[in-house]
Amino acid sequence: MTLSQSATGAPAPAAPAPAAAEPFLRLSGVRKSYPGVLALDGLDLEIRPGEVIGLVGENGAGKSTLMKILGGVTTPDSGTIEVDGVPYAALTVGGSLRAGIAFVHQELNLFDNLDVAANVFIGREPRHFGVLNLVDTARQRAAVLPLLEQLGANFSPDTPVSKLSLAQQQLVEIAKALSQDARLVILDEPTSSLPIAETEKLLAVIDRLRARGIAVIFVSHRLGEIERACDRVVVLRDGRLVGKLAKDEISHDRLVKLMIGRELKVIYAPPKADRGAVALAARDIRTAAYPHHAVSLDLHGGEILGLAGLVGSGRTELARAFFGIDPIYGGTLVSNGKPIRIAGARDAVEHGIFLVPEDRKGTGILLDLSVAENISLPNLTAYAVAALVSAERERGQAEQSRSQLAIKVPTVDTRTGSLSGGNQQKVVLAKWLAMAPRVIIFDEPTRGIDIGAKSEIYRLMRALADSGVAVLMISSDMEEVIGVSDRIAVMHEGGISGMLERDQFSEENVLLLAVGKPVGSGRNVQ
Amino acid sequence: MSKKDTGLLVLILVVAAGVYLRNPLFLSPNNISNTANLIGLFGLFSIAQGFVIITGGIDLSSGSMIALLGVLFVDLVGNKGVPWPIALVIVLILGILLGLAHALLITRLKMPPFVVTLCGLLIYRGVARGYTGDATAGFPFGSTYPGLDFFTARVYGVPTSLLLLVVVAVIAWVVLHRSVFGRYLFAVGKNEEAARFSGIRTNLVIGAAYVICAALTALSAVFFAMYTRSVSPSSQANFYELYAIAAAVLGGFSLRGGEGSIIGVVLGAILLQILQNLVNLLGIPSSLNFAVMGTVILIGVLVDQQLGVYRAHRRLVEAARETAD
Repeated sequence: MTLSQSATGAPAPAAPAPAAAEPFLRLSGVRKSYPGVLALDGLDLEIRPGEVIGLVGENGAGKSTLMKILGGVTTPDSGTIEVDGVPYAALTVGGSLRAGIAFVHQELNLFDNLDVAANVFIGREPRHFGVLNLVDTARQRAAVLPLLEQLGANFSPDTPVSKLSLAQQQLVEIAKALSQDARLVILDEPTSSLPIAETEKLLAVIDRLRARGIAVIFVSHRLGEIERACDRVVVLRDGRLVGKLAKDEISHDRLVKLMIGRELKVIYAPPKADRGAVALAARDIRTAAYPHHAVSLDLHGGEILGLAGLVGSGRTELARAFFGIDPIYGGTLVSNGKPIRIAGARDAVEHGIFLVPEDRKGTGILLDLSVAENISLPNLTAYAVAALVSAERERGQAEQSRSQLAIKVPTVDTRTGSLSGGNQQKVVLAKWLAMAPRVIIFDEPTRGIDIGAKSEIYRLMRALADSGVAVLMISSDMEEVIGVSDRIAVMHEGGISGMLERDQFSEENVLLLAVGKPVGSGRNVQ
Repeated sequence: MSKKDTGLLVLILVVAAGVYLRNPLFLSPNNISNTANLIGLFGLFSIAQGFVIITGGIDLSSGSMIALLGVLFVDLVGNKGVPWPIALVIVLILGILLGLAHALLITRLKMPPFVVTLCGLLIYRGVARGYTGDATAGFPFGSTYPGLDFFTARVYGVPTSLLLLVVVAVIAWVVLHRSVFGRYLFAVGKNEEAARFSGIRTNLVIGAAYVICAALTALSAVFFAMYTRSVSPSSQANFYELYAIAAAVLGGFSLRGGEGSIIGVVLGAILLQILQNLVNLLGIPSSLNFAVMGTVILIGVLVDQQLGVYRAHRRLVEAARETAD
């Protein structure tokens, strides 16, 4: 998978540091239990300078606990942590920082009202003028500039962070790590919210870190990236290290098998029947993001239409417009052959058009409501007797959804915020399934969801399509788009740059269309 | 009743017992009846405030609205010769219109509730004073209005204001805690975006809260006008919005929205009135009134919050011990 515009001046992957180097970090027999859970069960791990280690495992495998221990946030129950040959029973937050362990979290910790340099030096600002204690912005800037150069960043230290893309913001976090003389950088799912081309750049940055002798732990659910970026992979399951794969042993199938402890036969089920009539058609729809570009799209009942494209290509905006969240600035939506007017989400819901949004915790569910309350919310009047909500009816539906979707939850009265990502996503799905959907739009349906739950979501999507529902799936995950979709529409700068049928599916074709280039064998719409 | 409500009830009983021990007059029929009347009056618009706070909003205009609508009511009945039931209807409709204006500005025009109702606070107070030229609005000497004493009557010693509060509280409880609309209020208050993504017409729900608030406030404006008999537009119901907000906060409402109970806000209003009474009965200089109230609210909220932290801590300790065995 190569992409011309990606990887600005990426150097060739450097060879791993000589094996002779002493490990920077060595964990032996690290154990940590929480009430009711054994999070880490005697973990051994070694990381050498300049080594890129992939860390994979399903949610709950112990990855977060391991990271908390390395960050000094949690104390292990037993075992030792050796940093540069010095053994510790536990690290402190300050100790971890001084040892040169730096984190780039999935949710970035940046101040978007400050510029890049200020973010890099936040809390450690160089001062001048003695008692006046003013921030020495010139020195700050001068210190940040070479770091950005080393990372191949194409923005200046005084760019406001709010102006940067997500990928560029990650570079700021990495620059921050470098400014603290990091020797081990831990990247926690850095690519899960990145568009494909940006992911390429990040992988190039990892190579640059390796070349400088900095160790990297790369946590990701995307096995393709792990395969490409890492020198070796360790697999965690149920708090134990269940596999170590060297570079040439890494393969998708082996990783999956180790992660879930069994062979995962079919993640992607083929459609049972041919696609049906057009359920929802967009005719020259224009959204606020790209008012100059009109989108036309036919969504058939019984199919899963993948919607690929770079982040910012207008996919989410299109979904929001279909669902009535954002106004439509032109064109018409045709549902079952009749033009419809959608002025708000309520209108969409009444036409049986549902959205499973990208931001699950922010917009998909109400974290503080119970599972039952979330499921009944969009159709609450159906659960009411004389405008009063019947808890009994609510629970009845919730119990039904719970068994239908295999939602793992102690009771349906449990607060939804306490569920895992995969189960939360099932609750989002359950509230729409309880209402006879005609069209369901999934926006990044499996982001941050572990591989077991992922296959379940795919199975549910396919079952929906097989029952005649039209499914539109927005995804930045290449494996997912190609594996799940029956057709793929690719967006580029607000328009549909091409439509791929199953026999044309390939990562290369999707990528070409995503950057606005024609596909040789592809049937171009515009 | 939630733990929070029970805690508040205990606090009320403790304070009441303390006041009674220091001054047995606290339980004299007269004092009880008077305090009950004030609880009815203050409870009414505190519940009104609760509907707005549950959505994550605020209504700072309550006090001024009580003054403006009170002035209008007294003027219509006393000077314009309007029969009082018609004046009551006019005042209620005006209140609803003001609520609609708030709703429109906040939901359609996306203005912050704090700003909209702060401007309401200034405007209504100013209009009330301008309307009478800063004079006190009162009924002509010796005039009587058949039926108007309903607002100040006592049924077997129970003031009608308290009876009305009970009725309104029961209805409000059913609406907030049992109805579809009440669930929407909580959902919108917790996370407006997510509510919208669930197909709830959030603007309608939030707007309705402001209208309900203004309508109940208008009703209590009439009660206050009849309680004071004459309405001085510059001092009538000054700071009353803060009493309502305080009652709601004491009652467990979160100013961020999505949390609160009707029982809680009623108990909050009761506690505030008992504290007022305490200041009078214990011979504390009435100038310290606000200081006493502020201190009790601060301590109440602090203790409640720290208890929550302690309970969460205990749960974790328990869980850790259970699994360690």
